[in-house]
Amino acid sequence: MRFSGLRVLREGLTGNKGWAPHWRDAEPKAQYDAIIIGGGGHGLSTAYYLAREHGLTNVAVLEKGYLGGGNVGRNTTIVRANYFLEGNSQFYSHSLKLWEGLEEELNYNVMHSQRGLINLFHSDGQRDAFARRGNAMINQGDDAVLLDREGVRRYLPYLDFDNVRFPVYGGLLHPRGGTARHDAVAWGYARGADRLGVDLIQRCEVTGIDIENGAVRGVQTTRGAIRAKKVAIVTAGRSGQVAAMAGMRLPIESHVLQAFVTEGLKPCIDHVVSFGMGHFYISQSDKGGLVFGGDLDFYASYAQRGNLPMAEHVMEAGMTLMPMIGKAKVLRSWGGIMDMTPDGSPIIDRTETEGLFVDCGWCYGGFKAVPGSGFALAHLMATGRPHASAERFRLDRFRTGRGLMDEEGTGAQHNLH
Amino acid sequence: MRIDCPNCGTRDRREFYYQGAAVALERPAPDAGAEVWDAYLHLRENPAGRTRDLWQHDGGCGVWLVVTRDTATHEIFEVTRASDVAEGAR
Repeated sequence: MRFSGLRVLREGLTGNKGWAPHWRDAEPKAQYDAIIIGGGGHGLSTAYYLAREHGLTNVAVLEKGYLGGGNVGRNTTIVRANYFLEGNSQFYSHSLKLWEGLEEELNYNVMHSQRGLINLFHSDGQRDAFARRGNAMINQGDDAVLLDREGVRRYLPYLDFDNVRFPVYGGLLHPRGGTARHDAVAWGYARGADRLGVDLIQRCEVTGIDIENGAVRGVQTTRGAIRAKKVAIVTAGRSGQVAAMAGMRLPIESHVLQAFVTEGLKPCIDHVVSFGMGHFYISQSDKGGLVFGGDLDFYASYAQRGNLPMAEHVMEAGMTLMPMIGKAKVLRSWGGIMDMTPDGSPIIDRTETEGLFVDCGWCYGGFKAVPGSGFALAHLMATGRPHASAERFRLDRFRTGRGLMDEEGTGAQHNLH
Repeated sequence: MRIDCPNCGTRDRREFYYQGAAVALERPAPDAGAEVWDAYLHLRENPAGRTRDLWQHDGGCGVWLVVTRDTATHEIFEVTRASDVAEGAR
């Protein structure tokens, strides 16, 4: 089933009776060439690129719940490539390029909207830092425009420019940054992988990882044993529990990050706006809700809901930056569980067990990485070599101290990111 | 979330600084080797359930605490002075 404008029109005129499920509900086979544990954005994109780029179609994605039921449906949908450090910079740049071709590639409307992202600054020192970041983004081949105060005012006239504590000095505009429809990204990759022959197996929880003589042989699941010589753990948010089945401990602490959405409003915020000094960022969904969030609650948690201090802080930061949103009613808040690494950057690597791979530690940056992560992990699994865009995402960088990517510059230590 | 400080009584979570897993109390010897130091500094059990971590009553009496709590429900089971835990370990 191919989607097109004509098809939508025809279905609309004939009672929408011709739509079929977007993917098969596959039964597990006894053996696959590769198993992906985790049917979220990263797992599904990995399966898709294994099939599409490397012709590996005897692949299963095992999901304990339903496809896209985890963090890919719990984030604030921002897509950007405004990283500074070698390693992160080329990875997110590559991922954004994949985003830009994604809808045609998948024949699926993921509602990717490059509406522009503006990072605000409030002092001379911050201006210098953002000028430097902008130059790094341009050197990477991406786009960045340093806006002065009047430049920001043209885009965001509703900010409190003369706030006593944080007067707006300007902003770094990343025109290709924006948002996408998060569920559709998971569904698009699921459909794409399914069409290439990948088995997507839902309600199938992995309960053990079989290892013999230092090599992976398969997994135990709630739907029986499945053999495979390549297994990837792609379960950010629960990475530690799955890695423990292989006798591993990871350099990860799980933290809760909250997000909020208001009732639907008429269009008023046309960009993604980030107010780093208040740990606040906001965009408006196509439904009209203001989607915004803040920083971690800053204690280890798997609760998928936060506590009130951070909720209060986020509301205060929002009111500081843009008092006009004060009468909007918050409809919902929720929390996502973040795999936090000591340096705040992710891991895509093989492990000491032959054939076992990990893709984890996405901190609060996992959504925009969905295409790039799947592409890089598929490359690593199929060829045995890391993809050039992700060769710095090594598991051993914490032990050796080589190649740490501490984007925030706070120190490569748990509890600082 | 409220934490029961042994000195000050039950206080709001905002008064406390979170350090992380209580593994920080088990500092290895300087020459213990890269693997041991990696385990101490970076690798974590990271349990979804009962855990022990270090908090400081930063906005109160300043005492360091070992808090036993549930990461899935945020329920707090036990709060002990870190100095008592460290004494006990010796």
